[in-house]
This record gives sequence, C-alpha cells and structure tokens, in this order.
Amino acid sequence: MASNNYYDPADLRKFGNITEWSKELGDKFFDYYGKVFEEGALTAREKSLIALAVAHTEQCPYCIDAYTTDTLQRGVTKEEMMEAIHVGAAIKSGATLVHGVMMMNKVNKLEM
Amino acid sequence: MLKEKNKKQQSLHKRHSALAVANKQLEKLSNGIFASGELPTFSEKIKETNHFPLRPKKLEILQINVGYMCNQVCEHCHVDAGPDRKEIMTRETMEQCLEIIRNTGAHTLDLTGGAPEMNPNFRWFVDEASKAGIKDFIVRSNLTIIRANKKQYDLPEFFKNHNVHVVSSMPHWTRGKTDKQRGEGVFDQSIKALQELNAVGYGMPDSNLRLDLVYNPSGAFLPGNQASMEKEFKHALLEDFGIHFHSLFAITNLPISRFLDYLIASENYEDYMYSLVEAYNPAAVKNVMCRNTISVSWDGYLYDCDFNQMLELKVASKIQHISEYNEAVLNDRNIIISQHCYGCTAGAGSSCQGAVAE
Repeated sequence: MASNNYYDPADLRKFGNITEWSKELGDKFFDYYGKVFEEGALTAREKSLIALAVAHTEQCPYCIDAYTTDTLQRGVTKEEMMEAIHVGAAIKSGATLVHGVMMMNKVNKLEM
Repeated sequence: MLKEKNKKQQSLHKRHSALAVANKQLEKLSNGIFASGELPTFSEKIKETNHFPLRPKKLEILQINVGYMCNQVCEHCHVDAGPDRKEIMTRETMEQCLEIIRNTGAHTLDLTGGAPEMNPNFRWFVDEASKAGIKDFIVRSNLTIIRANKKQYDLPEFFKNHNVHVVSSMPHWTRGKTDKQRGEGVFDQSIKALQELNAVGYGMPDSNLRLDLVYNPSGAFLPGNQASMEKEFKHALLEDFGIHFHSLFAITNLPISRFLDYLIASENYEDYMYSLVEAYNPAAVKNVMCRNTISVSWDGYLYDCDFNQMLELKVASKIQHISEYNEAVLNDRNIIISQHCYGCTAGAGSSCQGAVAE
C-alpha cells in the first residue's frame, strides 16, 4: 500500500483506473453510472441529492466527498443537503426500528 | 475574528499581500504540481488537441475596463477591486476608446470594472459610446451600486435611455450564499436593484431591455450546468421576489487574484486545479473568449482578456496600447496563456458570456 491510510482523498481521482484490470466490466459500469445520473424523469439535481443521502447511509467517504461537491455545483443549499441526509438517516433508523416488530413477534411467540 | 473580517473588506493591494503582485500569481500557477509534471501545463494540454498556439478568430467583443474601484470587496474578485483601488480610466483615455468604438468591427461593447458606474466620466462615456451604433452595448453592473447613494438611483432609467444591456452578478438565489461571497447586505440590495430594473422594463419576458445574470460558484467548486442553474434561478427569484431576468451566464472562478488567495488560504488550490484540468474540454478551447475579444485596461493597454489584464500579460503584438490601435495587426497574434486558462476550458467552458460549449 502506498499510503498508511485505508482511505486517501487522492484515491478518488483514481476511480477510473479500475478499468485497467477489467476493461470490459469497468467500461460497462462507467457507461451505466454516467447514464444513471443524466437528466431523466428525475433532474440531475434530484439524483445528486439522492446520491448524497445514500453516500451517507453507505458511509462511503469517496461518495460523500464527490456528492458534496456535486450538489454544491448544482446550487444545492446546505439546508437541502442536510435534509437529504436526514432522509437517509430516518430510513436507516426506521429500518433498524421496524425490525423491532420481528423481535416483538418472537417474544410474543416465546413467552407464555 | 474582527481583524480577519476587516481584512476581507480590503483589496490584496491595500493589504500589501504578496499575491497583489501579478508575477507572484504567475509563479504560483507555474510551480508546484505544474512544475513537477503532476499536472500538464495549459500549453502542453492544448498541444494534445492541436490548439497551440492559440490564435484569435474574428474580433467580436471589445471589453473596456474603466477602473478597478468598486463599492464591494467580493471574496472571489479576479480584479482585486474595492473602494481602495484608485486606478480609474481618464477622460482622455476614454476619448481614445471612443475613436476605436466608432471604427471597430466588433459587434459587442462590454464595459466592466470594478463598478464602472464609479468612474466620474461613466455617464458621459456611455452617452458618447451609445451613439456609435454598436449592436450590443453591455454594462456589467454589480447591482448594489444602483442602491449605493441617491445619485445612482436613476441608473435603471439611464441604462434604459441608452439601450444598455445590463449584465449583473448574482452568485445565488439565497441570502446566505450571496452575502458570504459578496459582503453582508449585498443580497437584499441586489434584490431591490433587480426589482427596480424590472420596474423600468429590464429583464421582463417580452422586453428588449436585456437583463442577464452572472452566476459564479461561491467556493472552490465548478459551476453546474448553465441551463439547469438558469431554471433554478428563474424559479426561485420569481417565486420569492417576483423578479424576472433573461439569461444566466455560469462562469467559472479563475485561479487568480483574490480567488487564488482564497484557494491557497483554504488549502483548496491543488484540488481545484485538478478539477479544472480533469474537466478540460477541447470543444471549449475552440470558442474560448480570448479568441474573439480584446480587453482594454483603465490606462489604455491591450490584453487578450480581462484575466490576462489582471496578470499584466499584455497582448503579444507590436501594438499594445489603444493610442496605436489597429485591429488587423492586433488580430495577427498568438494569445498568451498560462495555467489560469484552464478556468475557461473546464466543462462547458466559461467566458464573460457564460458557457461556450455544449
């Protein structure tokens, strides 16, 4: 490893290099990726905000770096960015808590 | 904190900052990541796409900077303009400019500054220049100057009477982002000024009185898609303040002067240069503004663009001053480039008229 850190900000610039060891799959991925973020039924701005929220739920430092910049470039405000993250956080915590029903079901089944 | 705030209200010149010197900026732009070969220099890059040397096309825009004095001290200003700048075009130089304006083949006259309205001869100059029959006569107005003092309140009427095309800066449709870049209170005053321009007919949907806005990012990132940003601006300004305007020009901040100072101080310089180089677009080079523009400084010298003017890089021609102006001779020159030029070729490209490539 060239760096003493698992995550190096400079590595984000090297993302494209993944095609070097598997060109066909890498190219297919980047074509797909590029297409996904084009203007469509959703605007590129809306997609960028979704990506920012998911970047946080995935806790991917590269994605957080990239989509913080991307949303800023699209004129997104800090308030909008934070609200998007709360949507991600709410789904994450909701997903945890809704499993509570599973726990409750099990308890109800086991207890007399 | 207060000290830091006061500093921000002064130009780099007034602060005696090292970066107030053009050569220091050019050194910074040539050293480090560019000297080590980590990133290609701009000339190396345009050689790859056969655009070297960069040559002018037909002259279309005559841009005249009538002085560096301004009522604002914007954090990103490439002119390092401010109330403390005393470089102001004299009436004598303006008279020389008028001679050129009457005879130029350019279809656009573009007055800029500082705040051009702060030049004491501004109104006389506009009056005379408007008689020359130039198709598109632009004044770059910072908006707050219209509200700065009573003497300027009639500027919207004055612009209208001279059929001036008003181009104004507006970094965002929210107060926070605007004031952070341009100074406290700028947003509210700009909104008021835009409403006053609308009131005399500027920017209205079917009006011939053109009012365009300039968006440039309030930080170390590139502008987004111009058409999408225009949509956002139009929606927000109409909804929140009832404001109309025609087009939005998305402009990239070039890494010179105060923006360069900001990039270095905030430790964003290298990343920013990387994003500019990575976003290099050969299609933008074809239409880059230095190829159809001549920039005249307050003291009558000639430059490839306003940015080269601030870097004191005069045109590479035996004609360097308006007193000896000759369009044909001037057009036969190589354009002077350095790494700041990446700012005009990133993504959809950037010029004083906004994006230059699809």
